[in-house]
Amino acid sequence: MSTVLSTRPPEDDRRPGELTFRELLRWIWRQVTSMRTALILLLLLALAAIPGSVIPQTGVDSLKTSNWQSDHPKLTPVYERLGLFSVYDSAWFSAIYILLMISLVGCIVPRTFHYWRGMRAKPPAAPSNLTRLPDHATYGTTEAPEAVLERATALLKRRRYRLSTPDGGDSVSAERGYLREVGNLVFHLSVLVVLVGFGLGSMFGYKGGVILLVGDDFGFSNNLTQYDEFKPGSLFRTDDMEPFSFKIDDFDVDWLTTGRRAGMARGFQSHLTYREGRDSPEKKYDLRVNHPLSIGNTDVFLIGHGYAPTITIKDAEGNVSGGPTPFLPTSQSFQSIGVVKAPDAEPTQIGLEGEFYPTVAFSDETGSYYSLLGKPYDPMISMLVYTGDLGMDDGSSQSVYALDKSKTTMLTKKDGTPYRLDLRPGETAKLPNGLGSVTFEKVPGVEGGVQRWNKIQISQTPGKWIALTGVVMALIGLLGSLFIRPRRVWVRARREGDGTLVEVAALDRSGGGDVSVVVDELVATLQGPPDKREDQS
Amino acid sequence: MTDAAWESFSNQAVAAAGLLYFLALLSHLVEWASLRKVPLASGPDASSSIDIPGGVAVATGPDSEQAEDRARRTALFGRLGYLISCLAVAVHAVALFARGMAADPNRVPWGNMYEFTLTGTFVVAFLYVVLYRKFRLAWMAPIVLAFVLTVLMVAVIWLYAPVAPLTEALSSYWLVIHVVSAIIATGAFTLGGITSALYLVKERSLAKKGPQQTGYVARLPQPEALDRVSYRLHAFGFPVWTFAVLITGPIWAHQAWSSYWNWDPKEVWAFITWVVYAAYLHARTTAGWKGRNAAILALVGVATLWFNFIGINYFSTTSQHSYAGGAPAPISAETMDR
Repeated sequence: MSTVLSTRPPEDDRRPGELTFRELLRWIWRQVTSMRTALILLLLLALAAIPGSVIPQTGVDSLKTSNWQSDHPKLTPVYERLGLFSVYDSAWFSAIYILLMISLVGCIVPRTFHYWRGMRAKPPAAPSNLTRLPDHATYGTTEAPEAVLERATALLKRRRYRLSTPDGGDSVSAERGYLREVGNLVFHLSVLVVLVGFGLGSMFGYKGGVILLVGDDFGFSNNLTQYDEFKPGSLFRTDDMEPFSFKIDDFDVDWLTTGRRAGMARGFQSHLTYREGRDSPEKKYDLRVNHPLSIGNTDVFLIGHGYAPTITIKDAEGNVSGGPTPFLPTSQSFQSIGVVKAPDAEPTQIGLEGEFYPTVAFSDETGSYYSLLGKPYDPMISMLVYTGDLGMDDGSSQSVYALDKSKTTMLTKKDGTPYRLDLRPGETAKLPNGLGSVTFEKVPGVEGGVQRWNKIQISQTPGKWIALTGVVMALIGLLGSLFIRPRRVWVRARREGDGTLVEVAALDRSGGGDVSVVVDELVATLQGPPDKREDQS
Repeated sequence: MTDAAWESFSNQAVAAAGLLYFLALLSHLVEWASLRKVPLASGPDASSSIDIPGGVAVATGPDSEQAEDRARRTALFGRLGYLISCLAVAVHAVALFARGMAADPNRVPWGNMYEFTLTGTFVVAFLYVVLYRKFRLAWMAPIVLAFVLTVLMVAVIWLYAPVAPLTEALSSYWLVIHVVSAIIATGAFTLGGITSALYLVKERSLAKKGPQQTGYVARLPQPEALDRVSYRLHAFGFPVWTFAVLITGPIWAHQAWSSYWNWDPKEVWAFITWVVYAAYLHARTTAGWKGRNAAILALVGVATLWFNFIGINYFSTTSQHSYAGGAPAPISAETMDR
């Protein structure tokens, strides 16, 4: 690099080896775009991706991340400063791949020019001594050198070599495999295309989820307020949301009834009715896992389901609150946990916390209920009752699956054991001390009398086709750059004594290719079949 | 046959395949043990001086009849080992087929770790048997067979799971495309990794002892030849891996999980593997990285590959690749938390 300096006499009082600003820039550019740097950056990228697979990531699983953080109070601030909870958005991860991209561009641009020149250049003339090349062969013949060269030219042309015959020369130069470099360039360019597509998706797209109850009374229309969770890209605008709406008419689960996983759901599908716009006609779609519904640029996915027991609480004054409450499944057999809150109950707020069993069974071993099957043959809820301040008045958001029990008391029986509500659909239990009553409502027309919910994921990923096109192009380019073998072949024929000495040599320019086969085959064909050779001699 | 009969048939076939791999390994070990007494061939034609193409270099010098006899016996055991390997691969294939027939409904046998490992080892053994002649892989025999046998035993002892229906997210035709390409690439990379390891061994021994080598290492092909075979295996595996991890994986992820790239631990490690092999391919054309460093990169690649296949399941619990866990929770529970 410093040889740049020596071509010019020092015009100022610089110390030897000192660089001007421009030279420094050029030096940096050369370093960044060198193959060695690219290689190190690649390895760094691989290394940098590792922490994100071991440490929970906010962007991947925020609940798990916050649990981890509360378990590790000492490490959390350190990790947070290092960006280890969102590795793939962190400055250092971005720095690596941005540097890699710069290095890539720095590689591609000069190579494209270089290739463009090479593309139109003629195959280089034969080296003066062909037998010095590692793969070569010679033979003698009585044919005239011109005849041999003519035949070699025709032969190589048929094999789609590019040819050049220097005027008055005694040799033919041939080259093929120009597309290898094209493949190489296409591959590297495609990496940039993929990155653009990926970037568009994460900047302009969004991903949201909603828990929607099954039935005509419930529905979803695509605007921000209807989502339970919403993760927009940094440049996402709500104007981009498409004005569709849907409701779940019916929901089927295909339960396994035999075999080792009996009781497990094999498949499930939601029968949707949707409108693409406010005034569009209604359409139907059966939504299943692996079969999303596409509306415009938005995709709608079914990713989960569960039960939403309809539980109502009647307080001491006769005010009724409650309704279908989604419970969170915790096992294959849909044993689910959930919470019902009645913040407006008088004289005191009431909260219920407990489990739902689609088909209840009692285990003598553990002394508790469990769910035998996911199908609701004999549904039951078992809840504990809490009274007091549920902590919902201070305005902070609360999980719908958890109860803030810090300022509440649990209802107990006279002997001090917890007061437990075990209810089947249609049953009502009176709360002690005249607090009111709790009813597990039987919903008519629904399997088991228990309402269902579906977890619907909705996402818009602009640029996904760009990214896909990019990867496919990259693969095609890769195949070209790996399997097209660029090679040069030379044939020289000159008189020697009575006959003609023919020299054939080949050079593999990709490294790793075995061209001795090419030479042997070419010589055999040039010499013609053995019997013909016999005639000539 | 009933499903249960298919299942026990599959288990028996796995045991039989294991036994055959073991016999093949023994046969090759006998071959290599008796090769120690056979003088080392010299000259460039040594590699083809045996009656079966791809066989081990054996001198057929004019020494004595006894030596010639020994050489013939050695060759016999080599051939026997190869034939038993072929048989083992066939039985292995039957085991896989029976495993698929045992499920209701019938399906591709890639539902859990046991089945993946069964298929992965099959592909390694299959590629070895198929490429044996083309790449003259005789020197690889004891190592490939020991590897396949060990991994197969790990699968049977620790990973075994009874046949069960696929979870909803797995029942897609993308399972066939995605997994078949991932497993083929895994097989090619594994063979490439073995070759690269042997390249390092050979190179080191050449540097230390010069051409005066003994034993197994002496009969390995020259480093250049090993490097070329290794490169070809990797050059085959890399596009297939690209297809599996960066094309079919994202497409399927988009269909099943609603976004094509989730930074799921399996995805991250598949990406890491991809980057390491990309670095390997670059290293081969970079001055100062050729040869030794490139071979080390290939070994790093194979380590990340197998770590992703088995290891990451024990380090991370957030993976959505539902076959990885013991009993997959209903997907609703997993995704609800997010």
